[in-house]
Amino acid sequence: MKSGAQILIEGLKEQGVEVIFGYPGGVVLPIYDELYDSDIRHILVRHEQAAIHAADGYARASGKVGVCLATSGPGACNLVTGLATAYMDSIPVVALTGQVPTMLLGNDAFQESDITGITMPVTKHNYLVQDVRDLKRIIREAFFIAGTGRKGPVLIDIPKDVSTTKIPDEDGPEQQIRLRGYKPTYQGHGKQIQKAIELLISSKRPIIYAGGGVISSNASEELVAFAERMCMPITTTLMGLGCIPADHPLNLGMLGMHGTEYANYAITGSDLLFSIGVRFDDRVTGNLATFAPNAKIIHIDIDPAEIGKNKPVDVPIVGDAKIILADLLKKIPESCPHPEWSAQVQGWKTNHPLRFKEDGALRPQLVLKKLSEILGTRGVIVSEVGQNQMWTAQYFRFSRPRQWISSGGLGTMGYGFPAAMGVQYACPDEPVFVIAGDGSFQMNIQELGTIAQYQIPVKVVILNNQFLGMVRQWQELFYERRYSYTELPEVAFAKIAQAYGIEAETITDAGDVEGALQRALDHKGPYLLDFRVVREENVFPMVPAGAAISEMIVGKHTEHEEE
Amino acid sequence: MNRHIFSVLVEDSPGVLSRVTGLFSRRGFNIESLAVGTCEQPQTSRITIVVSGNDVQIEQVKKQLNKLIEVIKVLDITEAEHVERELALIKVKADPGDARSEVLQVAGIFRAKIIDVGSDSLMIEITGDSGKIAAIEDLLKPYGVLEMVRTGKIALQRGTATVCTGR
Repeated sequence: MKSGAQILIEGLKEQGVEVIFGYPGGVVLPIYDELYDSDIRHILVRHEQAAIHAADGYARASGKVGVCLATSGPGACNLVTGLATAYMDSIPVVALTGQVPTMLLGNDAFQESDITGITMPVTKHNYLVQDVRDLKRIIREAFFIAGTGRKGPVLIDIPKDVSTTKIPDEDGPEQQIRLRGYKPTYQGHGKQIQKAIELLISSKRPIIYAGGGVISSNASEELVAFAERMCMPITTTLMGLGCIPADHPLNLGMLGMHGTEYANYAITGSDLLFSIGVRFDDRVTGNLATFAPNAKIIHIDIDPAEIGKNKPVDVPIVGDAKIILADLLKKIPESCPHPEWSAQVQGWKTNHPLRFKEDGALRPQLVLKKLSEILGTRGVIVSEVGQNQMWTAQYFRFSRPRQWISSGGLGTMGYGFPAAMGVQYACPDEPVFVIAGDGSFQMNIQELGTIAQYQIPVKVVILNNQFLGMVRQWQELFYERRYSYTELPEVAFAKIAQAYGIEAETITDAGDVEGALQRALDHKGPYLLDFRVVREENVFPMVPAGAAISEMIVGKHTEHEEE
Repeated sequence: MNRHIFSVLVEDSPGVLSRVTGLFSRRGFNIESLAVGTCEQPQTSRITIVVSGNDVQIEQVKKQLNKLIEVIKVLDITEAEHVERELALIKVKADPGDARSEVLQVAGIFRAKIIDVGSDSLMIEITGDSGKIAAIEDLLKPYGVLEMVRTGKIALQRGTATVCTGR
């Protein structure tokens, strides 16, 4: 005889789960009691939101399914933002929540919330386990759904009596995955692939627009090989950064609102847009009518609903990016040079590089540039959301997939720091740096307690400008510099870190940037660096919301900085 | 804007209807009518949904429905040869005398059934397409419709084609 809690822990072990991020409470006591003897590691966070972000960070860095655990009611509700974050970026996470006993369901019992109802729009699927005999099957299904097709979060809600009820341990057909309605397509359609090949071969000005789908299908190698054979430049979305090394000659960096000028010019000038694992998000396309206006579009995506959702597509290919790119490599053996186009793209790249004022001031871009130089190809970089995120995307030279962890679709401030804890468990031997603003860091600052307790050696880099910087930038550019509720008071972050027993420094001089970063890297445990950066620095280039991506604002400085 | 009828096979599990309707409201699709019931396959329900939209919206409806784990099959049967029906129960005021015999006549012409007779009312059961139901409703109105209820539209393709085999 086995209890539901035992079946759950064994089910997690069957799935290869090594670490869970969680927070205990009344109805999950039976599960925690089982965890006590288990060799699955449990990390006690300080807020459930951190548990799911950590599970998400673990999943992004490892490619495996991340797992978190929370109690019913408030615990479960605190997972919602994290589920939405994972859902928007298609990250495989299984969230386990406790629930009041089945007898009390629907009674407004203490700490009851209808978490399956609440999370329906932000999960790929969710379960309320009403019979312990379904539990084994549901765990298997949840991991299968989370980690296949277009990946995503799955929630399992487990009432307390389901955890405590004992049943004979069985593993028959009843416990096997039973999903009649779920059959993801992996192989591309032969006819569509043929059509794509014709377009690819006849194109004069082709470009690859690659996104998070390339990372999640582990297709980077095939992508770069294909681009090299076809002599096609690659621009990536925020989510796709790292799928081609930053210093690769075909790399154009990020496109879109804060993309490089040359990527946006190349998109606008192209005659063929080869889109892979992307969703034509508004932050990428700007005005849809002027996005790649002269290009035919090929779109590979594992989710048929993404194809043609925002922009009509000439050749849709539903399937897995890795499989389809490998297939294309086989079917197009000859190299396909476009010397004129390559020269034009190279010209844009040379004439419009990313740039910032290197005037001896402590500018945030300088911190990223130095960090990139110090780390080289090592390390995993996790960002918060806002200006810090965009500067990291622009100035850190990513060399491989899964080196860059960031909340793209939902843009969740407070994501980065807790996610970095999960990243560190996925990559124990890599230095893990969080790039934060003083605004987003304060959204989950309580996790200093967690990294101190477990000595998780995450390095926190705060680009402290005492502003909610990205909103302030919009206010400066579009609201006549009326800084409505975006200014933050000075906080001595180093002192806060020290109160938790974490070593920390405050840096006010550009000359100290390199040394401070090096000390953080060399330090064995967690470390916090509070960089007091130029307060009103802006992220450029910038495409105003809804404008054509070729119409960028470049390098305008704030009024008081202008000569 | 065109009207489309989707025939959707789903797992017969708690919550499946709320997943489907939640999807419609979340994505801004408008449901005109909806009917749910068990069908010929065990542990399976069939939902018939009528929805209006342009071609791109309708394509999205279909794709988003297909993404739901508990949706087994989706078919837009509007383009195929199909039969559609609705059922309505209409309670009409019918005092003994002329009114009552006139109402009975109308019911007869529409091949509707009288399923309840009261001292001064009749309940009529009518099946047909939306037009037929609207027509009898109009004709009965002058006598005083006390209450009316109608099902959502249900529809099947003609011939041997099924949702599982496609068109």
